[in-house]
Amino acid sequence: MGKYRFDVKKVRADFPILGRKVQGKQLIYFDNAATSQKPACVIDAIREFYTNYNANVHRGIHRLSEEATERYEKAREKVAEMIHAGSPEEVVFVRGTTEGINLVAYTFARKLQKGDRILSTVMEHHSNIVPWQLMSEMHGVDLDFVDITDEGYLKMEELKNKIRKGTRMVAVTQCSNVLGTINDVRTIAEMAHDSGALCLVDGAQSVPHMPVDVEKLGCDFLVFSGHKMCGPTGIGVLYAKKEHLESLDPFQGGGDMIREVRLTGSRWNDVPYKFEAGTPNIEGAIGLGAACEYLMRIGMDNIREHEKRLIEYSFKKMGDLDILERYGPRDPEKRSGVFSFNLRGVNAHDLASLLDAEGVAIRSGHLCAQPLVTRIGQTSIARASYYIYNMESEIDVLVNSLKKIYRIFGGG
Amino acid sequence: MNAYEMYQIQILDHYRNPRNRGALDNPDIKHRESNPLCGDEIEFQVKLDPRGRVSDVRFDGHGCAISIASASMLSERVKGMPVEKILKLDKDDIEKMLGIRLTPTRLKCALIPLESLVRGILEYEKNRKKTGRKK
Repeated sequence: MGKYRFDVKKVRADFPILGRKVQGKQLIYFDNAATSQKPACVIDAIREFYTNYNANVHRGIHRLSEEATERYEKAREKVAEMIHAGSPEEVVFVRGTTEGINLVAYTFARKLQKGDRILSTVMEHHSNIVPWQLMSEMHGVDLDFVDITDEGYLKMEELKNKIRKGTRMVAVTQCSNVLGTINDVRTIAEMAHDSGALCLVDGAQSVPHMPVDVEKLGCDFLVFSGHKMCGPTGIGVLYAKKEHLESLDPFQGGGDMIREVRLTGSRWNDVPYKFEAGTPNIEGAIGLGAACEYLMRIGMDNIREHEKRLIEYSFKKMGDLDILERYGPRDPEKRSGVFSFNLRGVNAHDLASLLDAEGVAIRSGHLCAQPLVTRIGQTSIARASYYIYNMESEIDVLVNSLKKIYRIFGGG
Repeated sequence: MNAYEMYQIQILDHYRNPRNRGALDNPDIKHRESNPLCGDEIEFQVKLDPRGRVSDVRFDGHGCAISIASASMLSERVKGMPVEKILKLDKDDIEKMLGIRLTPTRLKCALIPLESLVRGILEYEKNRKKTGRKK
């Protein structure tokens, strides 16, 4: 543990919202897998953009536009640095993970033929299922899903068998938003490539929480959202190998994505601009750039270590609590900072309301992953998901609140 | 109103011992409604008498205390009620029936049962017009 340096109190001081109270109680924010809170440096970066150099990018010759363009492109460099992209050209700004996956699905599926296959898993968020279902309907391609074990790991043998001839894309999450399972996407990308398929990795729950290196992973596409990693909403990233960005057709047409427009036809701009039609989310990108800088300053290794300690602490405190039913892997090495459970005799939605009265924010329901929640035999579950500013003492409050709620409402 | 006040004895009683839970033989009306946010599902089944009043009613499904209690209370409330009157029930009636004030997200839970029932009635009326059958 010698390398682990982390001062949670110092981190907390960076987040203005953590000072607020909810229903008279100190806010405990455990809904980070849905969206994270924002540090002052990100809020300031957005404020500074509008206060000092607001202008459109890639267009004006004037000073403000040049400054805005410079900062917008600087943000792209920061993102590239954080995920070890080969160059900033491989970073496309999108609205979020959902738009990133749709971009790949729509443009890639155009090249597919009837009988081609797309492979995904039962573990996915709806955003990595529904776009492929749409493509399956639109282009007549087959769509198949890999199952999980009862503990919540992908069935790797099944996955290997299902990547067979005709499989063109393997779309898989690096980290489950429900179970916290961390998948070995490096091996999955290798398996895909061995069969001539491409590999798309949903990094929405991994990039904010652990070191993610696209060079090491070897994936063709990586998508993630800014708002889950201290950045603003409405901005996200599609990383793609340059060769793919060059060979795919544009997703949307409009300004900024063209080189030349004639009424008889147009030529596309270079990558990544080919995929950024219209005025982009400039403040979003600048805010995300500041978020990347902030996270890199803390160190992604440190963040992962901190969250691993929180999940270990959760298992220590709640692992054997018989009033709870827990879901997902027990091995902290293979699990992100996502603790999912049900309190016996209390519906997850009711539980979330009751915890709210204690100042504790958790998520409840099917967590936008209905097939997965159904697979583990539930209709709704509760989830506490941690981030850099969460503390063991907050988990203590959760545990005590759960015991209290069980005493009053539990047992059925 | 905080959450603890929301879960009054009456709500918990209906949640734990729901009235009119189950199914009917040959119901006139049968409709299932779900809440995409939380996965709650409520199905209502209704039998009507010749004057178009609810002669028997059952519901089934799964959900939180608010949605189950709302379904249970609603099933008691609509017995004997003409369908036109059910169609006029709104969120204020449901809140009054539950006796609590709800936040907008929780209000959705409370309203699934009424939605299920109302959509079932509308479907039934549409089919009746189509077939010209009288009841």
